[in-house]
Amino acid sequence: MKQFLLIIGSRMLQLIIMVLVLSFITFLLMKITPGDPIRTMLNVEDMAATKADEERLMKEYKFDRPILEQYGEWVIGVLQLDLGESLISKRPVLDMILEKLPATLSLSIGGLVVLFIIAVPMGVLGAVYEGRWPDYLSRWTALTGASIPSFWLGIMLIYVFSVQLNLLPVMGKATLAHFILPSVTLGVAMAPLYIRLLRERLIATLQSSYIEAAKARGLGKKRILFSHALRGSLIPLVTMFGLSIGGLLGGVTVIEILFSWPGMGELIVNAVMSRDYPVIQGYILIIGFLVVVSNLVVDIMYVIINPQLYNGKESM
Amino acid sequence: MKTAVIRTSLSLGNVNLVLGLLLAVFITSVTLIGGSLVPHDPFQVDMGNRLQNSSSIHWLGTDQLGRDILARLVYGAKLTIGLGTVAIVVAILIGVPVGLISGYIGGKVDAILMRIVDGILSFPDFILAIAIAGILGPNLTNLLIAIVLVRWIVYARVVRGLVLTEKQKEYVLVSQTANSSSLKTIRMHILPQVIPDIIVMAAIDVGKVILLVSSFSYIGLGAQPPIPEWGAMLNDGRSYFQVKPLLMVYPGIAIMLTVLCFNLLGDGLKSHYDIRRGRGRI
Repeated sequence: MKQFLLIIGSRMLQLIIMVLVLSFITFLLMKITPGDPIRTMLNVEDMAATKADEERLMKEYKFDRPILEQYGEWVIGVLQLDLGESLISKRPVLDMILEKLPATLSLSIGGLVVLFIIAVPMGVLGAVYEGRWPDYLSRWTALTGASIPSFWLGIMLIYVFSVQLNLLPVMGKATLAHFILPSVTLGVAMAPLYIRLLRERLIATLQSSYIEAAKARGLGKKRILFSHALRGSLIPLVTMFGLSIGGLLGGVTVIEILFSWPGMGELIVNAVMSRDYPVIQGYILIIGFLVVVSNLVVDIMYVIINPQLYNGKESM
Repeated sequence: MKTAVIRTSLSLGNVNLVLGLLLAVFITSVTLIGGSLVPHDPFQVDMGNRLQNSSSIHWLGTDQLGRDILARLVYGAKLTIGLGTVAIVVAILIGVPVGLISGYIGGKVDAILMRIVDGILSFPDFILAIAIAGILGPNLTNLLIAIVLVRWIVYARVVRGLVLTEKQKEYVLVSQTANSSSLKTIRMHILPQVIPDIIVMAAIDVGKVILLVSSFSYIGLGAQPPIPEWGAMLNDGRSYFQVKPLLMVYPGIAIMLTVLCFNLLGDGLKSHYDIRRGRGRI
């Protein structure tokens, strides 16, 4: 129990440091950039904006106050679950993000499923046949896969499966079939890193003493692989899952734009285009929160899989 | 049996290195000589010759504005590879000294700094780049600033870790007791040990930056038209995809080959250095 509290405590600390550092950096950047959000807003609201309008808005949004004061207010707001409101749509940022979150999460899960379907067999093949042709296949797949831009892969898949063969829908997320192409694109794009990771981990596991012991006891190859080595590889799989979340949430952005997926990617790109700072800030906060929570889940899973491991756990 | 395995792995590393070098020679010569082989201006609009197929005049055809695709690809190669290299070199120039000093001096400041660095590193770099580039304003220069701001931290972190390992070794202790200055010990003894790792990382990173820049340009947050950056070309050609699919194929293949080249070099160099240093294969 004490262990769990320790893990949760250290992750909470990580969350606080991460969010404070990142949000402060973004705050600073906003202040030193010449581009002025007030002017953007005035362009949206009214073409014939006057100097007085500008000053009124500066006051209204407190942009005339010192930066630390603004920052302090933002932090206090966050503690009360208030992320401010969008400069453009005037809606609460938290609502806007939570609205889009399910679509992004569901696509990420789809990508994760594809990722596992590809990475696990390839990684196992590479490790078991280390130094022979299936290993080369696995390593070259990983190398080539890591060189393909994900959005381009998506474009090519759309061309083959939607335009030419007319098999799958492309835009939006109306049916389950809509999930297939974006999930595959995301999963394939993410897979190379994890093929390598799993292969290396499995090779290390296969050389460890308990596998040697199993061999010495005269157990068959298959039995060793499936009931011993793969169980030992649960840990790298869990690590994979933990590492994937951040990458997935980043990688999903481009895929969402490509497939017109109504998720957070669309939201953030629009926010960036219109310099909607509160939305950008809120987005960073929510992503940071998701990353830390998924790391926390992984930490707890580690302890459940192997309680002894936690003390000597190497960081990936 | 073990030696046999090591030998075959070693040769795969070498094969990758050779393939990477061959690709590098190919890409470099296309980039350098290509400009004179293709006598077209990559920005020259020619509405009379839109969406042409391959011909002896336009080897890869023309785009939706009648611009020569090959000329644009070649121009894009210089731009993309140049920018990627510059971004990583700057990141190295900032990150490596910080990592060397932080790791060498150690202590509380180092511990606190690394805590903060870890906090930032656990955040997806793609989203961090979106945020920074977004706040600074979406264009190519700001994207590069964002990449440098994110990547130098990685180098500082890795170099610091390597320094901590090297610091324990006898030769550093000897150098220290022989009254060498800290700076001299770092420069003469520790830096040469970390250089191979930095080179491997840098090779793979340039590839990553090229992918990142093209993704950003594709979603409209990087290079803006008419700049023939490959991702921007793909964004440009989107509406003409159905009419002329090849418009979307060429820039993608250009990105893929270039990034593959850097990945092969990185992978090959890694096995090369690992074996030379007796670290084994992985």
